Amino acid sequence: MPDTAHIADMDDRKFTLNFGPQHPAAHGVLRMILDLDGEIVTRVDSHIGLLHRGTEKLLEYKTYLQGMPYFDRLDYCSPMNQEHAWCLAIEKLLGVEVPRRASLIRVMYSEIGRIMSHLLNVGTGVMDVGALTPITWCFEEREKLCVFYERASGSRMHAAYFRPGGVHQDLPQRLIDDIATWCEQFPEKLDQIEGLVTENRIFKQRNVDIGVVDQRTILDWGFSGVMVRGSGLAWDLRRSQPYECYSELDFKVPVGKHGDNYDRYVCRMEEMRESVKIILQCIDLMAKDGPGPVLLAGSKLSPPRRGEMKNSMEALIHHFKLYTEGFHVPEGECYAAVEAPKGEFGVYLVADGTNRPYRAKIRAPGYPHLQAMDHLCKGHQLADVSAVLGTLDIVFGEIDR
Amino acid sequence: MVTMMDTQALSELAAHIESRMPDAVRSWQIRVGELTLLAERDHIVPLLRFLRDDQQCNFETFIDACGVDYPERSERFEVVYHLLSMRMNHRIRVRIRTDEETAVPSVVSLWPVANWFEREAFDMYGIQFADHPDLRRILTDYGFEGWPLRKDFPLTGHYEVRYDDLEKRVIYEPVKLAQEYRNFDFLSPWEGMTTVIPGDEKVNGDV
Repeated sequence: MPDTAHIADMDDRKFTLNFGPQHPAAHGVLRMILDLDGEIVTRVDSHIGLLHRGTEKLLEYKTYLQGMPYFDRLDYCSPMNQEHAWCLAIEKLLGVEVPRRASLIRVMYSEIGRIMSHLLNVGTGVMDVGALTPITWCFEEREKLCVFYERASGSRMHAAYFRPGGVHQDLPQRLIDDIATWCEQFPEKLDQIEGLVTENRIFKQRNVDIGVVDQRTILDWGFSGVMVRGSGLAWDLRRSQPYECYSELDFKVPVGKHGDNYDRYVCRMEEMRESVKIILQCIDLMAKDGPGPVLLAGSKLSPPRRGEMKNSMEALIHHFKLYTEGFHVPEGECYAAVEAPKGEFGVYLVADGTNRPYRAKIRAPGYPHLQAMDHLCKGHQLADVSAVLGTLDIVFGEIDR
Repeated sequence: MVTMMDTQALSELAAHIESRMPDAVRSWQIRVGELTLLAERDHIVPLLRFLRDDQQCNFETFIDACGVDYPERSERFEVVYHLLSMRMNHRIRVRIRTDEETAVPSVVSLWPVANWFEREAFDMYGIQFADHPDLRRILTDYGFEGWPLRKDFPLTGHYEVRYDDLEKRVIYEPVKLAQEYRNFDFLSPWEGMTTVIPGDEKVNGDV
């Protein structure tokens, strides 16, 4: 019998710790009740909802167009990817297809959003385990992407740029050129970040073999996105259920081997490189196809041009009706999902034929991921909790909705 | 876009499920390329287990469960499950109906992830789940009362909170709005025409 056996029986080894709701490593407002045995976590009880804003309720009281900006405020690290899911759901029920150029712009900005989200996650994730420099380097690049958001939509973050039927406005050629220039220099910046982190001894000690996700866990806990790919399963909605023009783009789906924190970090780094390739392909295709409409022309979904409104009474009426009553979506239900940076982001939309959704359910990828915290952290050290939380890629905007 | 191929494969799948689980499936439909099963509430656990384990279905990933409220129906709530098969690369939706009292069998035993989704449906609609291990509220405030996503719950809620500097704590007060929430009804712009206009009573010569 080892000498320390009596210690395990003593109650002073077991205690309960309150983590959050205001904790820098909680990535938002997460409160966790941690049951500890010494430094070993025995139970995690997550309390969420501190950022609950009733998005789904609000959507039921807004027209389809008015509801769109709420999606920027879900996963605020990559706003346009969320808008994309909402637009796809509406377009599915309406049965419309977006113009070619709009599709390319959407894909390009979705990938910019993916890089924004991954940069933020990698930066903060590395900071959670003690490295203070990489986050500043990540944010430097991220800031440039925010400027691209601003130049397209007028807003760095809450863009409200996508529309059912396309995107709001065409991009000026200079912006497209600047994005291309940015893409040229970005892989080098990634190399520099990787040089600091990837082979770093402390980073590896904190992440290798921590938070291992196996196939059973993936299926039991409804994982998607990098949480799946980090464990070696090449599941990517862009590849397996392609939407928009992803089927004609050439990109790889990086997968990990061990499904631990470290593999997920490496997956995210590789995904950013793939996203850069996709952006460059979109730019090439846009140049090849030449200018074109970015919103369904002559449809009830898109506003008339200003010039038309000055001359045509019908155009003026249409403009007024579109921005007050909005368009009507035929009765029915559908589920549209996109491969958001954090996993499968889906919208279940029930329409009753009016100008407002009857029910809109937002399926956020972080919701099931966070739920698995108890499963993933059981038996780990207290210090691993924040490391695991970092690679789950949690954002409370989308979890609490 | 939806192709004929997809629809055909889905209807074959639906026929397969219906033939194997005749008690559980009430009807099915395919719209916008998506398969929806209308199922019996009491058979939901065996049905979802079949969908998960059957070789042709293989819906191993639980994507989502949510409630929908139809106050005019006798069984006012629908619980909608979304499943995905990564192996077969297809999706399915299963809908069941329930009311305020009748509990829906919980599927946490099949997928642990259903836990929070069912808690959310309970939190938002008050839908009861039988055999759920931990049916607490999840998204709303501690001590919250009411079912916020029901159609008869007001958008503004009943209480508002603010920090009171005198009491040095957050206090709850009934909602006071300087202006009513402007809820325009664009659906019946000619509403005035359907109501009784002053003077209508004279038509029948009652005066």
